[in-house]
Amino acid sequence: MASAAKKLLMDPFSDNNPITVQVLGVCSALAVTVKVETAIVMALALTSVVALSNFVISLLRNMIPSGIRMIVEMAVVATLVIIADQLLRAFLFDISKQLSVFVGLIITNCIVMGRAEAFALQNPPKESFLDGIGNGVGYGIVLVTVASIREILGFGKWLSFKVLPDSYMGNGLALLAPGAFIILGLLIWAQRTVTKKVEE
Amino acid sequence: MREDTKTITFAAIVCVTCSLLLSGTAAVLKGLQDANIAFDIQRNIVKAFGVSIEGATRESIQTTFKQKIAELVVDAATGKVIDGMTVDQIPSADLDAKTKLPLYTWTDDGKITKYAFPVSGKGLWSMLYGYLSLDADLETVAGISFYKHGETPGLGAEIEKDWFQSQFKGKHIYKDGKPLAFAVAKGSADKLPEEQKMRTVDGISGATLTGKGVQKLINTDAALYSSYFNSIRGK
Repeated sequence: MASAAKKLLMDPFSDNNPITVQVLGVCSALAVTVKVETAIVMALALTSVVALSNFVISLLRNMIPSGIRMIVEMAVVATLVIIADQLLRAFLFDISKQLSVFVGLIITNCIVMGRAEAFALQNPPKESFLDGIGNGVGYGIVLVTVASIREILGFGKWLSFKVLPDSYMGNGLALLAPGAFIILGLLIWAQRTVTKKVEE
Repeated sequence: MREDTKTITFAAIVCVTCSLLLSGTAAVLKGLQDANIAFDIQRNIVKAFGVSIEGATRESIQTTFKQKIAELVVDAATGKVIDGMTVDQIPSADLDAKTKLPLYTWTDDGKITKYAFPVSGKGLWSMLYGYLSLDADLETVAGISFYKHGETPGLGAEIEKDWFQSQFKGKHIYKDGKPLAFAVAKGSADKLPEEQKMRTVDGISGATLTGKGVQKLINTDAALYSSYFNSIRGK
C-alpha cells in the first residue's frame, strides 16, 4: 500500500485516535462498552457509516451548494445510520436490542460529522473512504479495550467466556458509567504519555 | 437567483434520493424485523411458562409455541373472554390502557395446565416488560420472564437473570380468589414468616427501586386478571 494511504488508514489507530487524542465520540464509548460483543458491533456500525458517509460526501464535495452544506451532510449521515440500524434489527436482533438507541445516535457522533467536515470535503473519495475506515477502527480499538476491561472486571468474562474463577465477585463500578469514565480517562492518559501529545 | 435555484434543486435531489433509499430498505427488511419481534415475544412467553430456552433453536421454540400455547383476549372490565379476537387484533390503545388483556394458555395432553399473561410497569429508569405464568391452581406462579427494560446493567438489569426469575416459581400471587400483596423484599426473603415468604422474593442489592417497580407491576397486573381467573376457577 502506498505510504500516504497507509498513513490515512493507520494514523487514527493510535497517533491521531478519535477518542483518546481528539476526545470525540465519548458518549457512545461510555454507553455501549459494558460488553465486548456490543462494542464490536457498535464499532462495525460506526466504521461503515463513517467510511460510506466520507465517500458519499467526498463525491458530492464539488457540487454541494455552500449554503446547505451541513444539512446535506446530515441527510447523508442520517440516511446511512438509519439503514445500518434497520439492518441490525433484521439480522442481529438480540444485539440491536442491547444497543437500543445508540446506533441511532451515531448520527450525532462527532467523529462522523468531524471527518466529513475536516477531511471528506477537501479530499477525493478513495482517500476519504480510507480515512473513514481508519477512524472507525481507531474508535473500535478504544471501544473494545474499554469493553474488555469492563466486562472482565464486572462479570469476570470476556466475550461471554469465563476468564476469571467463579469465586470472583463482579465489580459493579466497572459496569456503571462512572467506571467507564475512569477507564477511559486512564486510557487517554496512557495514550498521551506514549505519543507525547500535549494539549495546546 | 441562479444560485438559489441550484441550491433548491440540489436539496430536492438529496431529499428524494435519501427517502427512496430509506423507504426501500424499510420495505425490504420489514418482514425480517417483524418476524424477529414476533419471535422474541414467543420466546419469552415460552420461557415464562417455565421452559428452558437456553440453547434452544428458533425452530424448536416456534414448534413448542405452536403445539402447546393458545391465546385469548380478556375484557378487563367484565373479566370475560372476547370471542374470536386474537392478541394481534387488540387495538394498541386498548393494549396500552390495559382494557383488553392478552392471555396465553399452555396445554398438556388436551388439558390446560398453565396460564400466562403480560406484565409491565415502570422500574427505575425504564418500562419493564415481561410475562408471568400461573399453575392450573390459579394461585401459584409457574415462571416469569422479563424481555425488555433499560435498567442499570449489573444492578436493576439483574431482573433478566435466572437467579432472580427462578425464585418466582412456587410463590403465590392469588389466594381464595383474591390477589395477594406480592412483594420484592429489600434483601433476602428467607427470614420472613411463612405467610409473607410465600408471596415474597429476594430483592436485588443496589436495585431497590427496580424491585419496587417489579412488585408494583405484578400486583397491578395480577389485580387486572383476577376477575377472569375467578370466573374459570372451580370449573
